[in-house]
Amino acid sequence: MDKILSQYRSGESGIVKQVSGAGAIRRRLLDMGVTPGARITMRKVAPLGDPIEVTVRGYELTLRKAEADCVVMKEDNNA
Amino acid sequence: MLKFALAGNPNCGKTTLFNALTGSTAYVGNWAGVTVEKREGKYRKLGEDVQIVDLPGIYSLSPYTPEEVISRNYLLQDKPDVIINIVDATNLERNLYLTLQLIETDIPVVIALNMMDALKKRGDAIDADMLSQRLGIPVSQISALRGDGIHELMKTAYAEVGKERKGVSVLSESALAGAVDKVKALFEDREVSSPLFHAVKLIEGDELELENAADIIEAVDAIKKESEDEDFGSDWEARVADIRYRHITDKFSECITKGECKERLSFRGKLKVLRAKITRRPIPADIDKYKYNDTLTVSDKIDRVLTSRILGIPIFLVIMFFVFHFTFSEDLFYMNALYGVNINWWVFEDCGIPSLGVFLQSALGWCTDSLTDVVAGALSSSAPWVGSLICDGLFAGVFGVLSFLPQIALLFVFLSILEDSGYMARAAFIMDRAFRRFGLSGKSFMPLLMGFGCSVPAMMATRTLEHEKERKMTIYMTPWFSCSAKMPIYSAIAAAVFGGNDLAVYGMYLLGIACAILGSLLLRHTAFKGETAPFIMELPAYHLPQFRSLSLHVWDKVKKFIIRAGTIIAASTIVIWFLSNFNWGYTYLDGNIEESILHDLGSIVSWIFYPLGFGLGKYGWVFIVAALTGLIAKEEVVSTLAVLGTAIGNLSGGVGEEEAIAALFQTAGIGNAAVVAFMAFNLLAIPCFAAVGAARSELGKGKSFKGALLWWILSAYVVSMIIFLVGSWWWTCFIFLAIIAAAVTIIVLHNKGKFNFPQGGIRQLLRRKKEKT
Repeated sequence: MDKILSQYRSGESGIVKQVSGAGAIRRRLLDMGVTPGARITMRKVAPLGDPIEVTVRGYELTLRKAEADCVVMKEDNNA
Repeated sequence: MLKFALAGNPNCGKTTLFNALTGSTAYVGNWAGVTVEKREGKYRKLGEDVQIVDLPGIYSLSPYTPEEVISRNYLLQDKPDVIINIVDATNLERNLYLTLQLIETDIPVVIALNMMDALKKRGDAIDADMLSQRLGIPVSQISALRGDGIHELMKTAYAEVGKERKGVSVLSESALAGAVDKVKALFEDREVSSPLFHAVKLIEGDELELENAADIIEAVDAIKKESEDEDFGSDWEARVADIRYRHITDKFSECITKGECKERLSFRGKLKVLRAKITRRPIPADIDKYKYNDTLTVSDKIDRVLTSRILGIPIFLVIMFFVFHFTFSEDLFYMNALYGVNINWWVFEDCGIPSLGVFLQSALGWCTDSLTDVVAGALSSSAPWVGSLICDGLFAGVFGVLSFLPQIALLFVFLSILEDSGYMARAAFIMDRAFRRFGLSGKSFMPLLMGFGCSVPAMMATRTLEHEKERKMTIYMTPWFSCSAKMPIYSAIAAAVFGGNDLAVYGMYLLGIACAILGSLLLRHTAFKGETAPFIMELPAYHLPQFRSLSLHVWDKVKKFIIRAGTIIAASTIVIWFLSNFNWGYTYLDGNIEESILHDLGSIVSWIFYPLGFGLGKYGWVFIVAALTGLIAKEEVVSTLAVLGTAIGNLSGGVGEEEAIAALFQTAGIGNAAVVAFMAFNLLAIPCFAAVGAARSELGKGKSFKGALLWWILSAYVVSMIIFLVGSWWWTCFIFLAIIAAAVTIIVLHNKGKFNFPQGGIRQLLRRKKEKT
């Protein structure tokens, strides 16, 4: 079952399947390394419930849930 | 002169390297037209001087953010002789993504591999030779922090000058190789430089490239059509990004050797070892039980506390409290309030132990006061206007503004520490949710909070905001977070008119915040409309702030402030001094402000302020003049009111401020509604010259700066008017509610596309009417 990154719980991880969205947001995600095939681990949610913090390509990235909605994930088979 | 450009990700040590290379020759300004910092400096140790240009920190050369557009325009149009690409070794993957785009140009590129020591600490290693070989460009290892390897880097870069280099793209090794070659050939026909770069960008569907190459788009589209594949379809942007990252994982992961996970002893294990050592017995054999693999970095551990769900916000508030407390408190340890400890020493009388900020301010105040006294004494024999010009005009104005300097500088030191350590990004992470609704992000929070201290560092702090719109909006709102100099206005008037009721003071603070919220909502839906800027941000690893870069940073801002105080602020104060001390016959009035030009100007324009209440009556000009002198520094409002109140109320010289102001309001006969309107006007209208200067240097001289001035004047006028009219005749609130409702409806309808304003504005409408007749 495909999931969306914003639905992940802390500690969960998976592989990016597809990045939807458009324009600056999508490009920014791609540039920051959120590309299909990249492995993402959900780290935590901010105290007020949004944004979220994830680990991707060895560094910490923060993004809003609305932006994380653009990232479609699939299960990590190697993990 | 040779030009070397520094390019790299944000937070990769670029500024540190720049400072190390250029030392004192650095020049900081803005890129033309945009408020992105531009730094230039010289490197002098190469036999010939080299100009170093620090490009803004970027992750990619996409066309979406001003930083990226600037960098790419600079690279393509100004053509530096060498690009020095700083790569953060601890984050090779993402850093190389930019590198792969840089090497697509025809400009020689040299890699400066930075933060190797941090990598080593982690137990990892990078094979620099292999990296250099695979990229096909020289790689130099440096430590920007300690200055190691910097000269070797510059020598390597110098050797590259003038070398013919042809762009290389990783796309040429992918399925897109054919397409890239064909598009590149199209560009080669047009004889542009860096054809490969343009070709790749055009394949990506880059907006800027599409505009420039309109004539070959069709041909390119045909080529692209041929190479579409199943996975990505026509999604070229994702495909190219994917190829780049895939290439990095395939080719460069071999360059890194990951260290073993560090084995660590748990707390109980450490105790056991300690006990064994103390008692000189052998370490127990089951010690291995207490070992665990430490996969968390130091940053992770700090973050577990600082951004935790429960402690995150309280810790943030405590940190901010201490920043303000150390800068502004007059009773640092509450010794005075709690135990009645009094300090009577030098300039301090009957107060608690002052904070560093207050101490420095008092010390500077003592120096400037003494200087003024000495000069006044020396000038006592010359014409009275000379002494007044120097002491009451120039010195009072410039020293008045300079008196903020210690606290501004201190606030900036704290701000820089928070920024350099990496905490600022976390603060934005914690607070973002609360601000999004108003079109701002968590990053605006820090500057706005600084606004309670002083607008000047607050506006300077907006530099950390990436998005132009958000930056402008934050600057527009900053003065409404009442600074420490506006406090005396509220408290003096509250004491004089409302019997010292704290509620009046508190209410003003709340009014400012309410206006800022409503104002940003309004701007968000009118002038600063558009897509919400993405909040996709790196949370950099924590590190200790470096004294050298910290001091350079603070000195930079302080220097700017001092220069402004000496130029634009000095000039403005002299103008105000002249207007308030001379009459139209250019005769010096010696304190008789009622005959001054300023009085007449105030009277002439006072009708404008009739709807605000305080412009009414015989003494309406007093309040207008007071508000004007507030431009020098907001405390001036109080002293002007006091001086004029003494004169108008026929009081003897020795009365206190409070009585004088009370007398003034009584004699002028303005009601409570007008008094509140006056306070609100001072809160919202144009801030002091120092803050205006800061806004100007942050916004540039153009439209947005004038827009800011207009915004402050208009909103102050409207809000004060509503306060006065509704306060005097309550039923007018229905009129305002109706107007506001109508305006909101129009804006909402317009934004939904259901209502359009007449095209071409009023002028064209009139012209059309004329033509008809």
